[in-house]
Amino acid sequence: MVFDATAGFSESRRRSLVDRITRHAEPYLYTAPALILIVTIMLAPLVLGLSYAFRDVHLLNPFSGGYVGLDHFRTLYGDDNFYRALRNTLWWTGASVFLQFVFGLILALLLDRPFAGRAVAQALVFLPWAVPTFLTGLNWAWLLNPVIGPLPHWLYALGLMSEPANILSNPQLAMWGPIIANVWWGIPFFAITLLAALQAIPRDLYEAAAIDGAGAIRRFTSITLPFLAPTIAITVLLRTVWISNFADLIIVMTSGGPADRTQIVASYIFTQAFRALDFGYASAIALVLLVLLLAYSMLIVMLRQVLMDRS
Amino acid sequence: MNSYSIFGTALHRLAILCYVVFALFPLFWLLKVSVTPNDLLYSEGVRMWPSRMSFEHFRFVLAHSAFPVFFRNSMIVAGATAVIVTLLASLSGYALSRFTFRGKYWLVALMLLTQMFPLVMLVAPIFKMLSPLGLTNSLTGLVVVYTAFNIPFATFLMQSFFDGIPKELEEAAKIDGATQFMAFRQIVLPLTLPGIAATLGFVFTAAWSELLFALMLISGNSAATFPVGLLTFVSKFSVDFGQMMAAGVLALIPACLFFLFIQRYLVQGLTAGAVKG
Amino acid sequence: MASIDIRNVRKNFGIVSVLHGVDLAIKNGEFVVLVGPSGCGKSTLLRMIAGLEEVTEGEIRIDGVRVNERAPKDRDIAMVFQSYALYPHMNVAENMSYGLRIRKAAREKITAAVSNAARKLELQPLLARRPKALSGGQRQRVAMGRAIVRQPKAFLFDEPLSNLDARLREQMRAEIKKLHRDLGATSIYVTHDQIEAMTLADRIVAMHEGVVQQVGSPLELYDRPANLFVAGFIGSPAMNFLSARYEVSAGTASARLPDGTLIALSSGYQLEEGAAVTLGIRPEHVEMSPASETSLRATVDLIEPTGFGIILHLGLHGLPFNVFTLDRAALTAGPTVTVAFPPQHLHLFDETGKRALESSLQKGTG
Repeated sequence: MVFDATAGFSESRRRSLVDRITRHAEPYLYTAPALILIVTIMLAPLVLGLSYAFRDVHLLNPFSGGYVGLDHFRTLYGDDNFYRALRNTLWWTGASVFLQFVFGLILALLLDRPFAGRAVAQALVFLPWAVPTFLTGLNWAWLLNPVIGPLPHWLYALGLMSEPANILSNPQLAMWGPIIANVWWGIPFFAITLLAALQAIPRDLYEAAAIDGAGAIRRFTSITLPFLAPTIAITVLLRTVWISNFADLIIVMTSGGPADRTQIVASYIFTQAFRALDFGYASAIALVLLVLLLAYSMLIVMLRQVLMDRS
Repeated sequence: MNSYSIFGTALHRLAILCYVVFALFPLFWLLKVSVTPNDLLYSEGVRMWPSRMSFEHFRFVLAHSAFPVFFRNSMIVAGATAVIVTLLASLSGYALSRFTFRGKYWLVALMLLTQMFPLVMLVAPIFKMLSPLGLTNSLTGLVVVYTAFNIPFATFLMQSFFDGIPKELEEAAKIDGATQFMAFRQIVLPLTLPGIAATLGFVFTAAWSELLFALMLISGNSAATFPVGLLTFVSKFSVDFGQMMAAGVLALIPACLFFLFIQRYLVQGLTAGAVKG
Repeated sequence: MASIDIRNVRKNFGIVSVLHGVDLAIKNGEFVVLVGPSGCGKSTLLRMIAGLEEVTEGEIRIDGVRVNERAPKDRDIAMVFQSYALYPHMNVAENMSYGLRIRKAAREKITAAVSNAARKLELQPLLARRPKALSGGQRQRVAMGRAIVRQPKAFLFDEPLSNLDARLREQMRAEIKKLHRDLGATSIYVTHDQIEAMTLADRIVAMHEGVVQQVGSPLELYDRPANLFVAGFIGSPAMNFLSARYEVSAGTASARLPDGTLIALSSGYQLEEGAAVTLGIRPEHVEMSPASETSLRATVDLIEPTGFGIILHLGLHGLPFNVFTLDRAALTAGPTVTVAFPPQHLHLFDETGKRALESSLQKGTG
């Protein structure tokens, strides 16, 4: 009897150990495939890529690869093209995010109201998001091309242009081309995210506010905006980072031209890597961009913390 | 209904109409040029629809170019990537949603980091890593790379769907006799079908659109995807707008079909996520 | 059917301790109700028995076998959740048979078990419906059906009725009691509703802040609450409390209220003269009496007729004090009334409230 009890005890102890190990291992088993892929295909190349920033790497030159220390960064420090690309990045990112956000918010508010045919309208206005980015770029380049597209002719007819010309070849206006394409393509992202957040606002809050005598504008500023604020903050942050890195449209539409007026840092990296095949220098620029974006994200997160602490 | 609200409603519908027109016009123009015969292309420049329609551009693209091959390659790459990513992301998203474990914080941080840097940076290292394995110039290589790139976002997306499913359902299943994995497969997954559809669609579209790595990892037509093919086409026949746009329309079809199919799940899923946090 | 033993069970979430050593022996076939305010640890304890929470320390045994390390599926128990947790993508029959199907039971056995349970719970016409198409009460029945189909060793209920409206709750309460009578299965039932606890339980376990306060039959807890918490928690409207000092004069024990009124006690207590005590009396035990030497004068703040009786909200020296009476004359009570406390219905608690004081009389008999 006593013997039985101890045997049972040690058996249950053993099971307990195995159980405990499996229980602790379980989340890792679920995440392992994703983790392995991310580490091998993204993290390892990232580290390798960062090391290129301190090396002389030309893809087609078998004798390259030696360490050059901070040479690339010294070159970068005196590289006027880089500073122009940085200014262009600010302009490109700021204008794109702002316009995407404003029009996305308006669209979300419009769609938050029930009406006949809402499902169809929603599907149609979100459609640009499904259009491949390279095709978005090509498509807008064609629309802006006076040979084939209507936009220059319309602008001319409206008296906004002295002749039907391609704004993509006008150094003063060229950046607007990729920005418009980007806004067209990116509005749905903001609208979807904000619409989801809007639909999570309890309806009775609006009813309570209406009974308290708040008008439409008052309801928007005192209920809608505070509820959306966290979503807006995180979405704007993520999109800003993403759009700063987003060179597809510029590469497809202008290749950074004319006269480098649309060259942003991300496309400059691309140009250095694939036109000049200078991967070392390209990695150095990318490292600087990464640091800037991380700093920006930290700043936003800290700012948000401060604002939340105050309220 | 008073005059104010009639006015408001009219304004609302008008605004919606503006958005729909803005969203669809570029695509409409693409379609319009692709069915305009060459001789009318310049003479009827800004007309809304050509006086005579023709499918000659489509016929040419399908018969005399490598686009059918590109199309097939893109289908394989985007389809395989979508399926694999959705599978792996539902596992990892589930873990993030349901378990607390020591590595969780670092995993999330790592996934966020992957969203921060320009992917251009990875081109050369990935090329150097994949070429000894024979994975450059191969569709498999592209699938591997795209899978890794899309997993972080897909994981977060799936996590928000899982968060929307009450924990009690799994607990009930466990008490009914299921293991954690059975509860996941038999109870949670069937309820996440909208999320799975949304993730599939999102990843498919992303993989279908990817240009940079397809451009760098693939040389030659046999393994080229649609974006690469279209871009080569553009630089080669840069004046034959009709054919380019016909090719563009073809590139558009699968992505748009997929999107129209899944878009309502997308809002639904994000709503579920938003409700929670 | 099974017995369940809980031995010195503790639970910590990180550094927060929510259960501080619970001991409880549940007999085969017993209906035990864990009752307490939210956050008292009752649900955690239930989930530990189910295997949904790990046991930090101590031991849980089902039929004498330690189950701490067993997964829920290997404990052979069934649970009814507050949210019912019905599988939305399965119809009623599939919901009820899931546990048997997962265990690969024979098809005839499954059909028989489901139709048997469906008959007991009057679910036959609903078998093909999805949970979405059911009312709250029907969902509740399906959740019960899912539990009884498997004929488990024990039933666990986690506030199963709190999502129902009052009438349905009463009805389901009776059904649960009937079901237990018919099946005789060991049941553990968690609720914060003391009426559910009183009506359902063979034994009530009153819990507060992770500690078991008292275990006993419903009437034991009602008649002899072990401490101030149980006294205040069991019974509605709740027991009245007055602070007082213990006095013995001329051989009779009494309690003196701050205003000087002397209240007679039924017998002596082993207390020092002048010891601070808390006096407790249930509203239904207070007598509305004509003014006398031992009666107290109270102001009437509010009169609440419940139909069955009347609750008077009084002010006794500025402190709230409730009286429940069946006498409809109370409806027209004037601005003040006089009340008296029958000594046999008085409860005495020590200064800390942690312990009910036993009169020397009770001590002698018990």
